[in-house]
Amino acid sequence: MEQYTASEIMALSAGRLVHNGDILFAGTGLSMLAATVAKRIHAPEAVVFFETGGIDPSLDELPLAVADPRVMVGTAVNSGLADALSLLGHPKLRTIAFLGAAQIDRYGNLNSTQLGTYESPVQRFPGSGGACDAASLAYGVIIFMQHQRRRFVDKLDYFTSPGWLSGGQSRWQAGFKRGGPMAVVTNLGVLKFDEKSREMYLDAYYPFTEPKKIAAETGFPLDLSRARPCAAPTDAELKTLRDDVDPQRLILGPLPAAMADDAAAHG
Amino acid sequence: MTDKIMTASQAVERFVEDGDQIALGGFTVNRNPMVLTREIIRQRKRELYLVVHSHGQAMELLIGAGCVQRVELAYGGVARFAPTGYRFKKAFLEKRIEVEDYSNYQMTLRFMAGAMGLPFVATTSGLSSDIVRLSGFPPESRGRGKVPAHKLKVIDNPLDDGGGQVVILPPLNPDVALIHVQYAGDDGTCRIDGLTFADIEQAKAARKVIVSCEEIVPRAFIRRNPDQNCLAPFLVDALVQAPFGAHPTACHKFYDYDPMHLNMFKKMAPDDDRFQNYLEEWVYPFDSQEAYLAKVGIRDLLKIRANPALGYAPGLDRR
Repeated sequence: MEQYTASEIMALSAGRLVHNGDILFAGTGLSMLAATVAKRIHAPEAVVFFETGGIDPSLDELPLAVADPRVMVGTAVNSGLADALSLLGHPKLRTIAFLGAAQIDRYGNLNSTQLGTYESPVQRFPGSGGACDAASLAYGVIIFMQHQRRRFVDKLDYFTSPGWLSGGQSRWQAGFKRGGPMAVVTNLGVLKFDEKSREMYLDAYYPFTEPKKIAAETGFPLDLSRARPCAAPTDAELKTLRDDVDPQRLILGPLPAAMADDAAAHG
Repeated sequence: MTDKIMTASQAVERFVEDGDQIALGGFTVNRNPMVLTREIIRQRKRELYLVVHSHGQAMELLIGAGCVQRVELAYGGVARFAPTGYRFKKAFLEKRIEVEDYSNYQMTLRFMAGAMGLPFVATTSGLSSDIVRLSGFPPESRGRGKVPAHKLKVIDNPLDDGGGQVVILPPLNPDVALIHVQYAGDDGTCRIDGLTFADIEQAKAARKVIVSCEEIVPRAFIRRNPDQNCLAPFLVDALVQAPFGAHPTACHKFYDYDPMHLNMFKKMAPDDDRFQNYLEEWVYPFDSQEAYLAKVGIRDLLKIRANPALGYAPGLDRR
C-alpha cells in the first residue's frame, strides 16, 4: 500500500517543477502547497505572489483565499491587482502560474467558466478571475487537474484561458509573446506538451497507476510512448509537506487511518 | 467638510438610484462594503448594474435579493466558502441576470482607463479565448445607458506592423463606487491597510463614491502620515462610520473573515426559501450596524478580531 495520498504526490510533483528563483503566481489549494514545499526543499529563493497584490508573504498560516489577510503579512510589497497582474508579463521575470480548471483540451487550453452551450449553460463556475491573464502573460503555466474523461475533453465548452491554442506555432501567431502551459499535474500523473506539435503527452505516471488507465481517463488520444514511472515521494519530502507546510492538513485533507498509524510509528 | 459624514441609510438614499452602474470594492472574502450592501437591499434598489473584478459576498447578497439586472465580472465566488457564488450561479443559470465575462486584468485596466480618462485600453490578455469571442449581454442591451456599445474589440496592433493582435477594452466610469476602508479623515481622506485590490481605481473612475470605514479620525491625524493615504477627500461624496463594516468578510488589521457566518451562509444560500430566511434574519431587521453586530454576538466578534501584529486572527478555526 502507498504511504502517501494523491494530493500529497500532486503537490510534490508540481513542486519539483519549480526552479530556484522562480516568481510563482499562486492560487490557493494545491498550488500553495506546491510553491511552499518547493521553497522549503530545493528552491529557497522562489517567491510567491498573489493576483490580489501580496508579494512574497511569510505564509505563517496557510491562506484559504487569494484575498485572505494572511497574504498581506510579512510581504515585500502590499499592492493591488494592477501591480500584481502587470508583474505576470514582466519580461525579466520567470513567472510561473499555477492554475486549475473544470476542463482542459489536448493543447492545455482551459475552461473555468461554464458547461453547456454559451446560449444554454447547464453549469456555471466562477469564471476567469486572473487565470486568463496568467495563461496569456506568464512565462509558464503549471496546471492542476482531477484526471477524468469529462474534464480532459476533445473540445472545451467555453475557452477561458489560452494554452497552446491549436498547437504548433498558433500561440505566437495569435499575438502572444511568451508563455504556454509547461505541465499538467493530475491525481494520476504528470503530462507535458510536445515541443513541436504542442500536444499533450504522458510524461510520468504515479506508482499506483499505469499509462493505460490514464489514457482511459483522457477524452482525447494521448501519446504514452514517453511515459515513465514517477518517483514516489521520499520520506524527507513527505515530512516537510506534512510537518512544516500543512500541519493542520487544511489543504491536504485527512490522512487515511492506516497511513496515519504508520507515519506515527516512523515519526 | 464634515457634511459628508452620514448614516448608511442617508448615503444610499442620496447617492444610489435604481438602474445605477455600481462598482463594488474588496475581493471575494475581504473588505466587501457589507454595511452599504445591506442598506441597498433594505431600500430595495432595483435593476443595478454591477461592475466588479473578483467578487464575493456583497455581490451574492445583492444578486440574491433581486437588486441586480446585469453584471460585468471576472470571477463570482466566495473562496472556499462558495467556490462559485450560489446566488450568482443560480441567477445566471436561470437567466435572471445578464452576465458579461472578462478577466481580472481586463476589469482592472478598464477601471484604470476610466480613472485616467482614457478612451480605451489595450492588452494581449485573452487573445483567442471565448472571453474575446463571445458576448453574454443581449445585443439589444448594447449601447443603451451605461452598457458599452462593444464588449471589446480585437484589432491589429496599430503601432506595430506585423506585431500581432491586441484586445481593446472600453473604460468604466460607474455611477457609484462603494468601498470599505480602515481609516478615513473627517474630511473624507481614505487610508487602506493591506492590499488595495482595485478599490482606488474604482473610486477614481466613479462619478460618486460612498466610503464606509472602521474609524473616522481627525483630518490633522490622517495628514501626519500622508504617504499611507490613497484617496483625496474631494473624491469622496459620503462617509459612513461602520465598525466591522465588512463583516462577514475580512478587514486587515481589524478582523478576519468570519468562518462561522460564512459556513452558515453556505448552508442557506443555495435554496431560495432559506436564502430568503437569511435576508429576513440578517439584513432586513437592522437599521443600524450596532443592532447587526449585537446579532452577530460578542463571542464571534472576539474570535475574528485581528491580532494587531499579524492583521488576522491566528489560530481561528477556518474549517
